[in-house]
Amino acid sequence: MRGRRGRSEPTARELAHLSDEAVLALIARSDEQALSELYRRFSRLAYGLAFRILRDDALAQDAVQEAFLGVWRAAGRFTAERAKPSTWLLTLVHRRAVDLVRREERRRTEQLQPDSESIGSEGPDELELLSERQSIREALRKLPPEQREAIELAYYGGYTQSELAERLGQPLGTIKSRMFTGLARLRETLEESAVGQTSSS
Amino acid sequence: MNDGSPHELSAAYALDALDGDELRAYESHLAGCDRCREDVASFRETAAALAYDIQPLEPPEELERRILKAARAERPNVVPLRQRWAIPSAALGAVAAVAAIAVGVWAIHLSNSLDNERTQNRSQNAIVAILSDCTMTPATGASARVCIAPTRKAVLTVDNLEPAGPGKTYEAWVIAGKRVEPAGLFPGGAGRTYLRLTKSVPAVATVAVTREKAGGVAAPTGGILISAKVKPT
Repeated sequence: MRGRRGRSEPTARELAHLSDEAVLALIARSDEQALSELYRRFSRLAYGLAFRILRDDALAQDAVQEAFLGVWRAAGRFTAERAKPSTWLLTLVHRRAVDLVRREERRRTEQLQPDSESIGSEGPDELELLSERQSIREALRKLPPEQREAIELAYYGGYTQSELAERLGQPLGTIKSRMFTGLARLRETLEESAVGQTSSS
Repeated sequence: MNDGSPHELSAAYALDALDGDELRAYESHLAGCDRCREDVASFRETAAALAYDIQPLEPPEELERRILKAARAERPNVVPLRQRWAIPSAALGAVAAVAAIAVGVWAIHLSNSLDNERTQNRSQNAIVAILSDCTMTPATGASARVCIAPTRKAVLTVDNLEPAGPGKTYEAWVIAGKRVEPAGLFPGGAGRTYLRLTKSVPAVATVAVTREKAGGVAAPTGGILISAKVKPT
């Protein structure tokens, strides 16, 4: 998954053919070019996510920086069987962003509908991004509204389950099981669509 | 799934929706629960997919520089090499060492101009590619060896060869039967030199090095200083 293209640093481009896992292996050996390549691939996604949660440029930059530095520090301990590199990075971005939003108490415009702008350019990287986006969007659409709401408020809004219970006027147990059932369904739908794509290509 | 089950919290945990005591309690449960760790790992993938339903945004330009600067400050152990092609000798050999070689090679970029960087990087990647899968033939005459990839592309490695001197260069040759072909120039000097030969090496051949006038010559004039006899494997 490549998040960005069109940059001209020759050294980073030399790494462009490597898999995310290979880039990470180089980062584990303190290779700055590899860190730069990972940034090229995922910084737009990471910053988009952080900004969505924090609605603030400086804080979003902070979250993205901490996430990339987290990868830099711990790449040697990353094991590919456990997760995709992109998942790891986005997990770090998300965790840092919700920490900040909770600390800053500044979050949260109430509009939590997914952004609707198009991605714009249609290079191969962008197409890949677009197809990931299509899958998750469809999967979300298939969820019962109350499960979708719980998941979206938690992930995009940075709300804890207790905050959600209060906000939605529901018992904590209800929120927990909405999240669990919703996320399990989402996982299932995404797995199915991934299998569908593999077998049709 | 009842409300009290900590297993159910794997979803909230993967969504970063636990805080404070809940978070601490779940994390200590997680430490001893293999099933939960698996659940969390797969839910993390699902949660990360949610990030793709967001408009990606170009971060401000200075962010990348800042991250790289901070990264560099945290790892002062990336030592720029003093010399082109000089790579710590510990890095040679097995496939496992290739990435380390690559790191050494790429470290050169920090101190070189962009154009050099471009060409160097390309040849360095080629060298790394050859060294990652090749058969080694030791040489006589100096601490040197030739490593030949299945594609017959080859890298000559020479250690601590006395510098060729002003107006002079070392020149490598690939000799097969009566054919003697020039295969690259290098200055010698302290440290390890990696030279990617510009000619493929046939199954039966000799790779040799002579000292010639700067710029190289089409046929060897000096005596053979280093020689490696390649045999079919």
